[in-house]
Amino acid sequence: MGFEVLLKGNNMIRLLGGLAAALKISLISVCISLIMGTVFGSLMNDRHPLIKKILRAYLEIVRIMPQLVLLFIAYFGTTKALGVNISAEAASIIVFSFWGSAEMADLVRGALSGISPAQYESSLALGLTYHQTLVYIIIPQIIRRMLPLSINLITRMIKTTSLIMMIGIVEVLKVGQQIIEANRKNYPNAAFGIYFTVFVLYFAVCWPISRLSRYLEKKWEA
Amino acid sequence: MLSPYCDSPANSLVCKEWVIKMNEILNINGISKKYGDLVVLDNLSLKVKSGEVVVIVGPSGCGKSTLLRCINALEIIDDGEVALDGKAINPHDKNLSKVREKIGMVFQSYELFPHKTILQNLVLAPVRVKKMNRKEAEKEALHLLERVGLLSKKDNYPRQLSGGQKQRVAIVRALMMNPEILLMDEITAALDPEMVREVLEVVLDLAKEGRTMIIVTHELQFAKAAADRMVFIDGGRIIEEGEPKEFFENPKTERLKKFLHSFTYE
Ligand SMILES: Nc1ncnc2c1ncn2[C@@H]1O[C@H](COP(=O)(O)OP(=O)(O)OP(=O)(O)O)[C@@H](O)[C@H]1O
Ligand SMILES: [Mg+2]
Repeated sequence: MGFEVLLKGNNMIRLLGGLAAALKISLISVCISLIMGTVFGSLMNDRHPLIKKILRAYLEIVRIMPQLVLLFIAYFGTTKALGVNISAEAASIIVFSFWGSAEMADLVRGALSGISPAQYESSLALGLTYHQTLVYIIIPQIIRRMLPLSINLITRMIKTTSLIMMIGIVEVLKVGQQIIEANRKNYPNAAFGIYFTVFVLYFAVCWPISRLSRYLEKKWEA
Repeated sequence: MLSPYCDSPANSLVCKEWVIKMNEILNINGISKKYGDLVVLDNLSLKVKSGEVVVIVGPSGCGKSTLLRCINALEIIDDGEVALDGKAINPHDKNLSKVREKIGMVFQSYELFPHKTILQNLVLAPVRVKKMNRKEAEKEALHLLERVGLLSKKDNYPRQLSGGQKQRVAIVRALMMNPEILLMDEITAALDPEMVREVLEVVLDLAKEGRTMIIVTHELQFAKAAADRMVFIDGGRIIEEGEPKEFFENPKTERLKKFLHSFTYE
């Protein structure tokens, strides 16, 4: 079935190393996206009409453009157009954060707009300060609304890191291809074993995350 | 500010007299409120004595909700002054929340906190604002829940309650702060008819025990039963006010006559 090739040399370690490279990029990007998304999202309301328009346009662009195109622009484009040389890793982090921040901003905006002004008012009327109202009333509700959706976004970001091999980063899929290439003669069936393992690795990372989201969703629904 | 006699219904009359003798606690003095060119409150004045139940009626859009919201500075008035216990409320004061603590408010749409259980809804403000001991707050909450017949719902979430139950919890939540005055804005307007009564009975109870309240309502029967004084507002002004009996049976102004007439069917 082609699994034997995994045991040869340090192939399994190399695959895991590729996974780590992908996870590192997604982790950094997710953190940046959470922060920037929260900032952008809280600005996307009618109190800031101009900022809202700009951020909407930004979100549209991110949604229209395939991530791969963004990667090529960030990696090859900047070198050609601006003469700066950024590493493939930096380019990936920029693109993934650019994408994640926009999507996260939209989630924050949606969660915020779903909370009626009267929730603030009933809290203020009880004598809570504005700050206490945010901490005890508004933010917990926003987190509950957002968490399942943001986890979904995070798993999408992790999966999409498989694209970064296109700009030369040796992530798990690339390592897999290398192993298959190198063992074409001795293990002609390697492709199935390797790709299946890659699948299992992605599954092992994303499944617990989406279980967590399901669990929280259930718990807060109770 | 309740008398020590106020905890039993048998004493409610004594209690009421005791409290009404006290001076006014709320003084609304010539307030005006505009939204753009629209004048919603027009130099309106109203005084409320301790223990008094003032019921406000008036056509839709006449400014009733706005009036209540100006009292606890959810809206900022353009002119005039609202004073609680003789002290003007300044909406820009850093200690505004200290004043709001003393003014309970119940909303038409309940506005319970959906992520908290009933008990958590009730103890949040006493614990966080009054720095009350949590155990004590819970004891008080359970006591009040029992009074409104909702003890069994203490660990439920708001969405598991009917409208009438939610509104009773919202009233209890306001009571937990032991406010000097309670503002109620059409608290039965969103309820199914069969639930109106269970809520109004709680309010009548509060009236009997001498709570100071300003109640906005379209339930005229209830108004008659609960009010010490009726106030009719139209176009952002008080058109007529008086004792409930006179008010309903002998309205003096044409506008009030017409308004009351609009509730009858022939
Ligand atoms: N935030 C606002 N901006 C602009 N106009 C407002 C605002 N809030 C209220 N108004 C207007 O002020 C007027 C008075 O509103 P208010 O809600 O006080 O009336 P109401 O007497 O409570 O009516 P109802 O019986 O329908 O509740 C209405 O014409 C309303 O459209
Ligand atoms: Mg109203």
